[in-house]
Amino acid sequence: MLHRRNPQLNRHGELIHLLSIEGLPRDVLTHILDTAGTFLSVNDREVKKVPLLRGKSVFNLFFENSTRTRTTFEIAAKRLSADVINLDIAKSSASKGESLLDTIANLSAMHADMFVVRHSESGAPYLIAQHCAPHVHVVNAGDGRHAHPTQGLLDMYTIRHFKQDFTKLSVAIVGDIVHSRVARSDIHALTTLGVPDIRAVGPKTLVPGDLRDMGVRVCHSMAEGIRDADVIIMLRLQNERMSGAMLPSAGEFFKNYGLTADKLALARPDAIVMHPGPINRGVEIESSVADGARSVILPQVTFGIAVRMAVMSIIAGNEA
Amino acid sequence: MSTLTLDAEALYTELRAGVQQLWRPGMALMGVWSGGAWLAERLAADLAGTLAVGKPGVISSTLHRDDFSARGMASGTDATRIPYAVDGAHILLLDDVLFTGRTIRAVLNELYDFGRPASVTLAVLVDRGGRELPIQPAYAAAKISLPAGQKLALSRTDDGRFTFAIQEGSA
Repeated sequence: MLHRRNPQLNRHGELIHLLSIEGLPRDVLTHILDTAGTFLSVNDREVKKVPLLRGKSVFNLFFENSTRTRTTFEIAAKRLSADVINLDIAKSSASKGESLLDTIANLSAMHADMFVVRHSESGAPYLIAQHCAPHVHVVNAGDGRHAHPTQGLLDMYTIRHFKQDFTKLSVAIVGDIVHSRVARSDIHALTTLGVPDIRAVGPKTLVPGDLRDMGVRVCHSMAEGIRDADVIIMLRLQNERMSGAMLPSAGEFFKNYGLTADKLALARPDAIVMHPGPINRGVEIESSVADGARSVILPQVTFGIAVRMAVMSIIAGNEA
Repeated sequence: MSTLTLDAEALYTELRAGVQQLWRPGMALMGVWSGGAWLAERLAADLAGTLAVGKPGVISSTLHRDDFSARGMASGTDATRIPYAVDGAHILLLDDVLFTGRTIRAVLNELYDFGRPASVTLAVLVDRGGRELPIQPAYAAAKISLPAGQKLALSRTDDGRFTFAIQEGSA
Protein backbone atom coordinates (compact mmCIF):
# COMPACT_ATOMS: atom_id res chain seq x y z
CA MET A 1 0.00 0.00 0.00
CA LEU A 2 1.26 3.43 -0.87
CA HIS A 3 1.48 5.76 2.10
CA ARG A 4 1.75 9.46 1.52
CA ARG A 5 3.50 11.01 4.43
CA ASN A 6 1.66 13.74 6.31
CA PRO A 7 3.37 16.89 4.93
CA GLN A 8 3.41 18.37 8.44
CA LEU A 9 5.73 15.70 9.81
CA ASN A 10 9.33 14.83 8.95
CA ARG A 11 10.52 11.24 8.56
CA HIS A 12 10.98 10.96 12.33
CA GLY A 13 7.34 11.91 12.87
CA GLU A 14 8.29 15.36 14.22
CA LEU A 15 6.24 18.45 13.47
CA ILE A 16 7.83 20.74 10.86
CA HIS A 17 4.74 22.70 9.75
CA LEU A 18 1.38 23.16 11.41
CA LEU A 19 -1.21 23.04 8.66
CA SER A 20 -4.11 21.11 10.14
CA ILE A 21 -4.88 19.11 13.26
CA GLU A 22 -6.33 16.38 11.08
CA GLY A 23 -3.91 13.48 10.88
CA LEU A 24 -1.66 14.58 13.75
CA PRO A 25 -1.09 11.84 16.31
CA ARG A 26 -2.10 12.32 19.91
CA ASP A 27 1.47 12.51 21.21
CA VAL A 28 2.23 15.45 18.91
CA LEU A 29 -0.84 17.32 20.20
CA THR A 30 0.05 16.50 23.81
CA HIS A 31 3.63 17.66 23.29
CA ILE A 32 2.34 21.01 22.02
CA LEU A 33 -0.01 21.39 25.00
CA ASP A 34 2.74 20.45 27.49
CA THR A 35 5.17 22.90 25.89
CA ALA A 36 2.51 25.64 25.98
CA GLY A 37 2.29 25.06 29.73
CA THR A 38 6.00 25.90 30.00
CA PHE A 39 5.53 29.10 28.02
CA LEU A 40 2.52 30.23 29.99
CA SER A 41 4.79 30.87 32.98
CA VAL A 42 7.10 33.04 30.84
CA ASN A 43 4.39 35.73 31.08
CA ASP A 44 4.98 35.91 34.84
CA ARG A 45 8.69 36.65 34.54
CA GLU A 46 10.34 39.98 34.79
CA VAL A 47 11.76 39.35 31.31
CA LYS A 48 8.83 38.05 29.26
CA LYS A 49 11.03 36.83 26.47
CA VAL A 50 13.06 33.71 25.72
CA PRO A 51 15.73 33.46 23.03
CA LEU A 52 14.60 30.30 21.19
CA LEU A 53 13.94 32.06 17.86
CA ARG A 54 16.64 34.70 18.18
CA GLY A 55 17.92 35.65 14.75
CA LYS A 56 14.95 34.05 12.96
CA SER A 57 12.53 36.01 10.80
CA VAL A 58 8.84 35.25 11.05
CA PHE A 59 6.68 36.65 8.27
CA ASN A 60 3.00 37.12 9.04
CA LEU A 61 1.27 36.73 5.69
CA PHE A 62 -2.34 37.70 6.06
CA PHE A 63 -4.09 37.44 2.73
CA GLU A 64 -7.30 37.83 4.71
CA ASN A 65 -7.63 40.41 7.47
CA SER A 66 -7.54 39.42 11.10
CA THR A 67 -6.02 41.91 13.45
CA ARG A 68 -6.52 39.75 16.51
CA THR A 69 -4.98 36.52 15.24
CA ARG A 70 -2.12 38.39 13.60
CA THR A 71 -1.42 40.23 16.84
CA THR A 72 -1.33 37.03 18.91
CA PHE A 73 1.12 35.47 16.47
CA GLU A 74 3.20 38.63 16.54
CA ILE A 75 3.32 38.67 20.34
CA ALA A 76 4.14 34.95 20.44
CA ALA A 77 6.98 35.33 17.93
CA LYS A 78 8.37 38.38 19.73
CA ARG A 79 8.31 36.59 23.10
CA LEU A 80 10.45 33.94 21.39
CA SER A 81 12.83 36.76 20.30
CA ALA A 82 12.10 36.39 16.57
CA ASP A 83 12.05 39.34 14.20
CA VAL A 84 8.49 39.73 12.99
CA ILE A 85 7.50 41.19 9.66
CA ASN A 86 3.80 41.82 9.10
CA LEU A 87 2.66 41.87 5.51
CA ASP A 88 -0.82 42.97 4.71
CA ILE A 89 -0.84 41.08 1.44
CA ALA A 90 -4.48 41.83 0.75
CA LYS A 91 -3.41 45.42 0.10
CA SER A 92 -0.11 44.83 -1.69
CA SER A 93 1.42 42.43 -4.20
CA ALA A 94 -1.60 40.16 -4.62
CA SER A 95 -3.66 43.14 -5.69
CA LYS A 96 -0.99 43.89 -8.30
CA GLY A 97 -1.43 40.42 -9.75
CA GLU A 98 1.53 38.54 -8.25
CA SER A 99 0.86 34.84 -7.76
CA LEU A 100 0.99 33.28 -4.30
CA LEU A 101 4.10 31.24 -5.08
CA ASP A 102 5.91 34.25 -6.57
CA THR A 103 5.18 36.17 -3.39
CA ILE A 104 6.60 33.29 -1.35
CA ALA A 105 9.68 33.01 -3.58
CA ASN A 106 10.36 36.72 -3.10
CA LEU A 107 9.97 36.59 0.65
CA SER A 108 12.16 33.48 0.81
CA ALA A 109 14.83 35.46 -1.02
CA MET A 110 14.63 37.87 1.94
CA HIS A 111 15.64 34.92 4.17
CA ALA A 112 12.37 34.17 5.87
CA ASP A 113 12.49 31.32 8.38
CA MET A 114 8.79 30.97 9.06
CA PHE A 115 5.56 31.94 7.37
CA VAL A 116 2.37 32.39 9.36
CA VAL A 117 -0.34 32.27 6.71
CA ARG A 118 -3.96 33.24 6.68
CA HIS A 119 -5.77 32.83 3.39
CA SER A 120 -9.36 32.71 2.21
CA GLU A 121 -8.57 29.70 0.01
CA SER A 122 -8.56 26.33 1.74
CA GLY A 123 -5.21 24.63 1.21
CA ALA A 124 -3.11 27.73 0.53
CA PRO A 125 -0.73 27.00 3.45
CA TYR A 126 -0.21 23.45 2.09
CA LEU A 127 0.79 24.88 -1.27
CA ILE A 128 3.29 27.19 0.43
CA ALA A 129 4.69 24.38 2.59
CA GLN A 130 5.23 22.25 -0.49
CA HIS A 131 7.12 24.94 -2.34
CA CYS A 132 9.25 26.60 0.31
CA ALA A 133 12.88 25.80 1.11
CA PRO A 134 13.52 22.90 3.54
CA HIS A 135 14.56 25.18 6.41
CA VAL A 136 11.36 27.24 6.16
CA HIS A 137 8.39 26.40 8.37
CA VAL A 138 4.73 27.20 7.77
CA VAL A 139 1.94 27.79 10.29
CA ASN A 140 -1.64 27.88 9.10
CA ALA A 141 -3.41 30.80 10.78
CA GLY A 142 -6.72 29.93 9.11
CA ASP A 143 -7.41 28.83 5.54
CA GLY A 144 -10.88 29.21 4.04
CA ARG A 145 -13.37 26.91 5.69
CA HIS A 146 -10.72 24.25 6.12
CA ALA A 147 -8.67 24.62 9.32
CA HIS A 148 -7.50 26.95 12.07
CA PRO A 149 -5.18 24.62 13.94
CA THR A 150 -3.72 27.02 16.51
CA GLN A 151 -7.24 28.02 17.57
CA GLY A 152 -8.11 24.33 17.86
CA LEU A 153 -5.01 23.76 19.99
CA LEU A 154 -5.66 26.71 22.28
CA ASP A 155 -9.20 25.44 22.73
CA MET A 156 -7.75 22.06 23.75
CA TYR A 157 -5.32 23.75 26.11
CA THR A 158 -8.24 25.64 27.69
CA ILE A 159 -10.32 22.49 28.08
CA ARG A 160 -7.41 20.58 29.58
CA HIS A 161 -6.64 23.46 31.94
CA PHE A 162 -10.17 23.52 33.34
CA LYS A 163 -11.26 19.89 32.91
CA GLN A 164 -7.97 17.90 32.99
CA ASP A 165 -9.19 14.58 31.50
CA PHE A 166 -10.49 14.56 27.92
CA THR A 167 -11.81 11.02 28.05
CA LYS A 168 -14.87 11.75 30.20
CA LEU A 169 -16.15 14.91 28.56
CA SER A 170 -19.22 15.98 26.63
CA VAL A 171 -18.39 18.91 24.39
CA ALA A 172 -21.02 20.91 22.50
CA ILE A 173 -20.00 23.11 19.58
CA VAL A 174 -22.81 25.54 18.83
CA GLY A 175 -23.64 27.76 15.89
CA ASP A 176 -22.33 28.34 12.43
CA ILE A 177 -20.43 25.12 11.96
CA VAL A 178 -20.60 24.91 8.17
CA HIS A 179 -18.49 28.05 7.74
CA SER A 180 -16.25 27.37 10.70
CA ARG A 181 -12.67 26.21 10.32
CA VAL A 182 -12.46 26.50 14.10
CA ALA A 183 -15.19 23.88 14.51
CA ARG A 184 -13.43 21.53 12.09
CA SER A 185 -10.10 21.89 13.90
CA ASP A 186 -11.78 21.46 17.29
CA ILE A 187 -13.58 18.30 16.18
CA HIS A 188 -10.36 16.72 14.87
CA ALA A 189 -8.49 17.63 18.05
CA LEU A 190 -11.24 16.48 20.41
CA THR A 191 -11.50 13.17 18.56
CA THR A 192 -7.74 12.60 18.62
CA LEU A 193 -7.54 13.44 22.32
CA GLY A 194 -10.24 10.91 23.12
CA VAL A 195 -13.37 12.97 23.89
CA PRO A 196 -16.21 10.43 23.76
CA ASP A 197 -19.16 12.81 23.20
CA ILE A 198 -18.88 15.65 20.68
CA ARG A 199 -22.07 17.43 19.62
CA ALA A 200 -22.53 19.82 16.72
CA VAL A 201 -25.48 22.08 17.50
CA GLY A 202 -27.28 24.49 15.18
CA PRO A 203 -29.90 24.88 12.44
CA LYS A 204 -29.87 22.48 9.47
CA THR A 205 -28.53 25.22 7.19
CA LEU A 206 -25.44 25.74 9.39
CA VAL A 207 -24.90 22.21 10.73
CA PRO A 208 -24.68 19.80 7.82
CA GLY A 209 -25.62 16.15 8.39
CA ASP A 210 -22.31 14.90 6.91
CA LEU A 211 -20.62 16.02 10.13
CA ARG A 212 -21.76 12.65 11.45
CA ASP A 213 -18.96 11.16 9.34
CA MET A 214 -16.49 12.99 11.60
CA GLY A 215 -17.87 11.09 14.58
CA VAL A 216 -19.99 13.85 16.06
CA ARG A 217 -23.61 13.90 17.14
CA VAL A 218 -25.64 16.39 15.12
CA CYS A 219 -28.29 18.23 17.17
CA HIS A 220 -30.70 20.73 15.69
CA SER A 221 -32.23 21.37 19.10
CA MET A 222 -30.22 23.61 21.43
CA ALA A 223 -31.71 22.00 24.54
CA GLU A 224 -30.71 18.52 23.40
CA GLY A 225 -27.31 19.77 22.27
CA ILE A 226 -26.12 21.39 25.47
CA ARG A 227 -27.87 19.23 28.05
CA ASP A 228 -25.26 17.94 30.55
CA ALA A 229 -22.38 19.27 28.47
CA ASP A 230 -19.07 19.90 30.29
CA VAL A 231 -17.82 22.32 27.65
CA ILE A 232 -19.79 24.65 25.36
CA ILE A 233 -17.92 26.17 22.45
CA MET A 234 -19.93 28.99 20.89
CA LEU A 235 -19.04 30.04 17.36
CA ARG A 236 -19.39 33.43 15.78
CA LEU A 237 -22.10 33.89 13.20
CA GLN A 238 -19.97 34.59 10.15
CA ASN A 239 -22.03 37.09 8.24
CA GLU A 240 -19.15 37.82 5.87
CA ARG A 241 -19.00 34.20 4.73
CA MET A 242 -22.70 33.68 4.20
CA SER A 243 -23.99 33.85 0.71
CA GLY A 244 -27.74 33.81 0.29
CA ALA A 245 -30.31 33.38 2.99
CA MET A 246 -29.09 30.64 5.30
CA LEU A 247 -30.83 32.23 8.25
CA PRO A 248 -34.10 34.07 8.60
CA SER A 249 -32.48 36.71 10.85
CA ALA A 250 -29.91 37.20 13.58
CA GLY A 251 -32.77 37.70 16.06
CA GLU A 252 -34.29 34.38 15.09
CA PHE A 253 -30.90 32.69 15.49
CA PHE A 254 -30.40 34.17 18.96
CA LYS A 255 -33.84 33.00 20.02
CA ASN A 256 -33.09 29.40 19.06
CA TYR A 257 -29.33 29.00 19.45
CA GLY A 258 -28.02 32.03 21.33
CA LEU A 259 -26.47 31.06 24.66
CA THR A 260 -28.50 32.61 27.47
CA ALA A 261 -28.33 32.00 31.21
CA ASP A 262 -31.54 29.94 30.93
CA LYS A 263 -30.08 27.64 28.28
CA LEU A 264 -26.75 27.40 30.09
CA ALA A 265 -28.64 26.00 33.08
CA LEU A 266 -29.19 22.82 31.04
CA ALA A 267 -25.46 22.11 30.92
CA ARG A 268 -23.50 20.71 33.84
CA PRO A 269 -23.24 23.12 36.78
CA ASP A 270 -19.46 23.37 36.27
CA ALA A 271 -19.62 23.66 32.48
CA ILE A 272 -17.27 26.17 30.88
CA VAL A 273 -18.26 28.49 28.03
CA MET A 274 -15.76 29.15 25.27
CA HIS A 275 -15.77 31.36 22.18
CA PRO A 276 -12.97 31.95 19.65
CA GLY A 277 -13.88 35.65 19.39
CA PRO A 278 -14.75 38.17 18.33
CA ILE A 279 -18.07 37.72 20.09
CA ASN A 280 -21.32 39.16 18.82
CA ARG A 281 -23.20 40.01 21.97
CA GLY A 282 -26.89 39.33 21.60
CA VAL A 283 -26.36 37.30 18.41
CA GLU A 284 -24.78 34.05 19.53
CA ILE A 285 -24.18 34.79 23.21
CA GLU A 286 -25.91 36.85 25.88
CA SER A 287 -23.72 39.46 27.59
CA SER A 288 -24.40 38.04 31.06
CA VAL A 289 -23.05 34.65 29.89
CA ALA A 290 -20.06 36.08 28.00
CA ASP A 291 -19.06 38.04 31.12
CA GLY A 292 -20.25 35.41 33.61
CA ALA A 293 -18.39 33.16 36.00
CA ARG A 294 -18.45 30.16 33.63
CA SER A 295 -16.98 32.09 30.70
CA VAL A 296 -13.34 31.28 29.93
CA ILE A 297 -13.21 33.44 26.82
CA LEU A 298 -10.44 35.73 28.10
CA PRO A 299 -8.27 32.87 29.47
CA GLN A 300 -8.52 31.43 25.95
CA VAL A 301 -6.83 34.56 24.62
CA THR A 302 -4.01 34.31 27.18
CA PHE A 303 -3.51 30.61 26.50
CA GLY A 304 -3.50 31.36 22.77
CA ILE A 305 -0.18 33.21 23.04
CA ALA A 306 1.47 30.33 24.92
CA VAL A 307 0.10 27.76 22.44
CA ARG A 308 1.41 29.77 19.47
CA MET A 309 4.81 30.08 21.17
CA ALA A 310 4.79 26.31 21.63
CA VAL A 311 3.90 25.62 17.99
CA MET A 312 6.50 28.02 16.61
CA SER A 313 9.30 26.80 18.88
CA ILE A 314 8.56 23.14 18.20
CA ILE A 315 8.46 23.42 14.41
CA ALA A 316 11.49 25.72 14.33
CA GLY A 317 13.50 23.12 16.26
CA ASN A 318 12.72 20.27 13.83
CA GLU A 319 14.36 19.75 10.46
CA ALA A 320 12.50 18.80 7.31
CA MET B 1 33.46 -1.51 28.85
CA SER B 2 33.88 0.88 31.68
CA THR B 3 34.71 -0.56 35.06
CA LEU B 4 34.12 2.74 36.79
CA THR B 5 31.47 2.61 39.43
CA LEU B 6 30.16 5.63 41.23
CA ASP B 7 28.36 5.27 44.51
CA ALA B 8 25.83 8.09 44.17
CA GLU B 9 24.63 7.73 47.76
CA ALA B 10 28.15 8.08 49.17
CA LEU B 11 28.74 11.09 46.91
CA TYR B 12 25.49 12.63 48.10
CA THR B 13 26.72 12.39 51.71
CA GLU B 14 29.91 14.21 50.66
CA LEU B 15 27.89 16.84 48.81
CA ARG B 16 25.71 17.41 51.85
CA ALA B 17 28.81 18.09 53.95
CA GLY B 18 30.17 20.36 51.21
CA VAL B 19 26.93 22.31 51.04
CA GLN B 20 27.00 22.81 54.82
CA GLN B 21 30.48 24.33 54.41
CA LEU B 22 29.31 26.64 51.61
CA TRP B 23 26.10 27.64 53.34
CA ARG B 24 25.67 31.24 54.45
CA PRO B 25 22.59 32.54 56.26
CA GLY B 26 19.97 33.81 53.81
CA MET B 27 20.99 31.50 50.97
CA ALA B 28 18.38 29.85 48.77
CA LEU B 29 18.66 26.45 47.10
CA MET B 30 18.11 26.02 43.38
CA GLY B 31 18.34 22.69 41.54
CA VAL B 32 18.95 22.26 37.84
CA TRP B 33 16.20 20.07 36.37
CA SER B 34 16.11 17.12 36.78
CA GLY B 35 19.07 15.63 38.74
CA GLY B 36 20.01 18.88 40.46
CA ALA B 37 16.38 19.44 41.44
CA TRP B 38 16.33 16.02 43.16
CA LEU B 39 19.51 16.92 45.03
CA ALA B 40 18.11 20.30 46.12
CA GLU B 41 14.88 18.69 47.24
CA ARG B 42 16.67 16.08 49.35
CA LEU B 43 19.18 18.58 50.76
CA ALA B 44 16.34 20.88 51.79
CA ALA B 45 14.74 17.99 53.69
CA ASP B 46 17.99 16.67 55.21
CA LEU B 47 19.36 20.06 56.28
CA ALA B 48 16.08 21.52 57.53
CA GLY B 49 16.94 20.53 61.11
CA THR B 50 20.33 22.26 61.17
CA LEU B 51 20.08 25.13 58.68
CA ALA B 52 17.34 27.59 57.77
CA VAL B 53 16.76 26.09 54.34
CA GLY B 54 13.63 27.23 52.52
CA LYS B 55 11.76 25.52 49.74
CA PRO B 56 14.19 25.01 46.85
CA GLY B 57 13.66 26.35 43.35
CA VAL B 58 13.82 24.28 40.17
CA ILE B 59 15.45 25.73 37.09
CA SER B 60 15.37 24.43 33.55
CA SER B 61 17.85 25.11 30.77
CA THR B 62 15.33 24.30 28.00
CA LEU B 63 14.46 27.85 26.93
CA HIS B 64 18.08 29.03 26.77
CA ARG B 65 19.88 26.02 25.32
CA ASP B 66 22.46 26.81 22.64
CA ASP B 67 21.81 23.54 20.80
CA PHE B 68 18.10 24.28 20.30
CA SER B 69 18.35 24.46 16.50
CA ALA B 70 19.98 21.02 16.44
CA ARG B 71 17.95 19.30 19.14
CA GLY B 72 14.59 21.05 19.03
CA MET B 73 12.16 21.39 21.88
CA ALA B 74 12.57 18.50 24.26
CA SER B 75 9.40 16.94 25.49
CA GLY B 76 8.90 16.96 29.19
CA THR B 77 7.61 19.11 31.95
CA ASP B 78 10.86 20.67 33.08
CA ALA B 79 9.48 24.12 33.75
CA THR B 80 11.32 26.55 35.98
CA ARG B 81 9.61 27.08 39.33
CA ILE B 82 11.16 29.57 41.74
CA PRO B 83 9.28 29.99 45.04
CA TYR B 84 11.30 33.04 46.15
CA ALA B 85 12.34 36.40 44.74
CA VAL B 86 15.52 36.16 42.65
CA ASP B 87 16.36 39.86 42.98
CA GLY B 88 19.08 40.20 45.59
CA ALA B 89 19.09 36.49 46.50
CA HIS B 90 22.24 34.50 47.30
CA ILE B 91 21.61 31.32 45.33
CA LEU B 92 23.24 27.96 45.88
CA LEU B 93 22.87 26.22 42.54
CA LEU B 94 23.01 22.42 42.44
CA ASP B 95 23.52 20.02 39.57
CA ASP B 96 24.29 16.33 39.34
CA VAL B 97 26.99 16.32 36.67
CA LEU B 98 29.10 19.23 35.45
CA PHE B 99 30.55 18.65 31.98
CA THR B 100 30.89 21.28 29.22
CA GLY B 101 29.36 24.06 31.32
CA ARG B 102 26.75 24.83 28.65
CA THR B 103 23.81 23.81 30.80
CA ILE B 104 24.97 26.11 33.61
CA ARG B 105 25.40 28.96 31.11
CA ALA B 106 21.81 28.42 29.92
CA VAL B 107 20.52 28.14 33.48
CA LEU B 108 22.20 31.43 34.48
CA ASN B 109 20.46 33.15 31.56
CA GLU B 110 17.18 31.60 32.64
CA LEU B 111 17.77 32.81 36.19
CA TYR B 112 18.32 36.38 35.02
CA ASP B 113 14.90 36.35 33.34
CA PHE B 114 13.50 36.39 36.87
CA GLY B 115 15.72 39.07 38.35
CA ARG B 116 19.25 39.92 39.43
CA PRO B 117 20.64 37.58 42.09
CA ALA B 118 23.21 38.97 44.54
CA SER B 119 25.38 35.89 44.01
CA VAL B 120 25.28 32.38 42.55
CA THR B 121 27.41 29.55 43.97
CA LEU B 122 27.64 26.22 42.16
CA ALA B 123 27.90 22.83 43.87
CA VAL B 124 27.81 19.54 41.95
CA LEU B 125 27.86 15.85 42.68
CA VAL B 126 30.36 15.00 39.93
CA ASP B 127 32.71 17.17 37.90
CA ARG B 128 33.62 15.10 34.88
CA GLY B 129 35.91 17.66 33.23
CA GLY B 130 35.64 18.55 29.54
CA ARG B 131 34.68 22.18 30.10
CA GLU B 132 33.99 24.31 27.03
CA LEU B 133 33.12 27.48 28.94
CA PRO B 134 34.82 29.27 31.86
CA ILE B 135 32.54 27.83 34.56
CA GLN B 136 33.87 26.25 37.77
CA PRO B 137 32.03 24.79 40.74
CA ALA B 138 32.69 25.98 44.27
CA TYR B 139 32.29 22.37 45.37
CA ALA B 140 32.32 18.98 43.63
CA ALA B 141 31.89 15.75 45.59
CA ALA B 142 33.97 13.89 42.98
CA LYS B 143 36.20 14.74 40.04
CA ILE B 144 36.45 12.08 37.36
CA SER B 145 37.47 11.82 33.76
CA LEU B 146 35.23 10.18 31.18
CA PRO B 147 35.51 9.81 27.39
CA ALA B 148 33.45 12.53 25.70
CA GLY B 149 31.05 10.02 24.16
CA GLN B 150 29.96 8.59 27.49
CA LYS B 151 26.94 9.93 29.28
CA LEU B 152 26.74 9.99 33.04
CA ALA B 153 23.18 10.18 34.33
CA LEU B 154 21.79 10.34 37.84
CA SER B 155 18.56 8.52 38.52
CA ARG B 156 16.33 8.37 41.55
CA THR B 157 14.65 5.21 42.72
CA ASP B 158 11.09 5.12 44.02
CA ASP B 159 12.32 5.26 47.62
CA GLY B 160 14.36 8.40 46.88
CA ARG B 161 17.84 6.84 46.65
CA PHE B 162 20.33 7.98 44.00
CA THR B 163 22.18 5.81 41.50
CA PHE B 164 24.54 6.65 38.64
CA ALA B 165 24.43 5.03 35.24
CA ILE B 166 27.10 5.38 32.56
CA GLN B 167 25.70 5.14 29.05
CA GLU B 168 27.73 4.70 25.90
CA GLY B 169 26.52 7.45 23.60
CA SER B 170 27.42 8.56 20.13
CA ALA B 171 30.07 11.22 20.64
